[in-house]
Amino acid sequence: MNWITNYVRPRINSIFSRREVPENLWTKCDECGTMLFHRELAENLNVCTHCDHHMGITPRARFEALFDGGIFVDVKVPAPIADPLHFKDQKKYPDRMKAAQKKTGEKEAMLVAEGEIGRTPVICAAQDFSFMGGSMGMYVGNAIIAAAQRAVDLKRPLILFSAAGGARMQEGILSLMQMPRTTVAIQMLKEANLPYIVVLTHPTTGGVTASYAMLGDVQIAEPNALICFAGPRVIEQTIREKLPEGFQRAEYLLDHGMLDRVTSRTKMREELIGIVRMLMGLPPAITGELPKPDDMPAIEKPKNTPSK
Amino acid sequence: MTQYLNFEKPLAEIEGKAEELRAMARQNEEMDVEQEAKALDKKASDLLVELYKSLTPWRKCQVARHPERPHCQDYISALFTEFTPLAGDRNFAEDDAVMGGLARFNDQPVMVIGHEKGNDTKSRIERNFGMARPEGYRKAIRLMEMADKFGLPIITLVDTPGAYPGKGAEERGQSEAIARSTEKCLQVRVPLISVVIGEGGSGGAVAFATANRVAMLEHSVYSVISPEGCASILWKDAEKMREAAEALRLTAQDLAQLGVNDRIIREPMGGAHRDRDAAIKSVGAAISEMLAELAKLSGDKLVQQRRKKFLDLGSKGLAA
Repeated sequence: MNWITNYVRPRINSIFSRREVPENLWTKCDECGTMLFHRELAENLNVCTHCDHHMGITPRARFEALFDGGIFVDVKVPAPIADPLHFKDQKKYPDRMKAAQKKTGEKEAMLVAEGEIGRTPVICAAQDFSFMGGSMGMYVGNAIIAAAQRAVDLKRPLILFSAAGGARMQEGILSLMQMPRTTVAIQMLKEANLPYIVVLTHPTTGGVTASYAMLGDVQIAEPNALICFAGPRVIEQTIREKLPEGFQRAEYLLDHGMLDRVTSRTKMREELIGIVRMLMGLPPAITGELPKPDDMPAIEKPKNTPSK
Repeated sequence: MTQYLNFEKPLAEIEGKAEELRAMARQNEEMDVEQEAKALDKKASDLLVELYKSLTPWRKCQVARHPERPHCQDYISALFTEFTPLAGDRNFAEDDAVMGGLARFNDQPVMVIGHEKGNDTKSRIERNFGMARPEGYRKAIRLMEMADKFGLPIITLVDTPGAYPGKGAEERGQSEAIARSTEKCLQVRVPLISVVIGEGGSGGAVAFATANRVAMLEHSVYSVISPEGCASILWKDAEKMREAAEALRLTAQDLAQLGVNDRIIREPMGGAHRDRDAAIKSVGAAISEMLAELAKLSGDKLVQQRRKKFLDLGSKGLAA
């Protein structure tokens, strides 16, 4: 028996434990603590299948689920000058940028894409909260201007998914100046009579809320998203009292007349297609199984892009 | 009696001594202290020049917040005639943190709007320390619309720590009000001139300062966040406001390099509060020059110029 317990069993165990177990197969829901299988969670757009809690989602994952067949083309965003103030706190700003780029695999905190949703051509922009808190700096400003310009050029609606802690302090006043800059972009859309739909996701705060994220023709929010100008902690410190339950959450804002709708992420696509098609005067979307799109996405070739 | 800032303490001592000497001399006629007092005066004024020659960004913040600095109200009563305050946002309330109304500037009818911080405990509370609620911005939107309709140039005076972070303000849409105010600034087809007279605090300032011409007083500041707020977020220590003020580049001089403000208005030696009349006069001169610069532009041109000014921002950074 000793031979079996002391030699064979450990060998068998070690063979099995040595087998590579991919990490992050399971994700714990921040809200209800349920362990969720990664594939199931991704299929449900990072919404907990148990308690419907909306967890963060990257712009790319969102776009893959949003656009027909997961096909979209990135809209080119002009690069701003890097680190205009030579900002340094405990870390240098360029180092923080590099860390964020490594962590997310993205260039910056906003992704702009063109493609079709329910066979409706649109431009979409989404902010990436995992990239330095989605903060609005010159790049995000340029991204919104590029998105609006592209929408005007192609006469398409713009759908913007906001998520940000606010302005990017490391760009100082130039981040603040993205408030008027992005407002100009939204005005270009409005002058062209093109729909501008804002989907506010958790969290959208500060200067972002006080500019492009509040200027939509239609304002939709994801459930329980924190949406505010000043954060709850700042307010509690100022007025020295506890804030009511659900304060500054999407449903609270809906009650106070600040939003048109609160819509679950899993139903968002359908809803956006409906709204955009009505505002564009298009016939109802065809529901049900659509034939797979052809190899090439049914979108115009972007101008000024050199062929590969 | 001047209120001295912390870094002005050595100056306070010298000026205090001179004052004391003169007081003694007044009681005792035989004493002749004038020469000594004059020497102290000279020393004080030299020190003042020395102190103000190169104020650090954090010291500038303190000067910009000096309680005796001329406020919106002071500029309006000195530079404008027939000021007729107009109140209320027509939706919910009147907000005393924002003053606004019709007035004449050099006899020309204009709309003037600005943040008012108040000048004593009572008025500071009434004015909510210059922190506007949504109603303040909505009133400003209403007045800008009126100015646009009747072709009156708009002059805004910016002096706010920021928009008020309160429960009601949030419930009534602080962010929406600021966004719409900025939007309105970009839409009006009349000249829009903005002067940052003290603190340009974040979104609360942008809502008024999205203008054809932005001028800043020499020791005023304009920033995305207060140095204290920035320090507590990035340094995790609100006491690091000096470092934060340095890093944020919030002085009129740095911002002019970035193209945020078009001109810097010189202040009297030792800051606007040491010679309020002179400071107010310089602001008046700057406003009339800026109005003249814009007088010939059509409505379309004004809108275009304003848009272009902001779209072009960020094309140049600061020298290393």
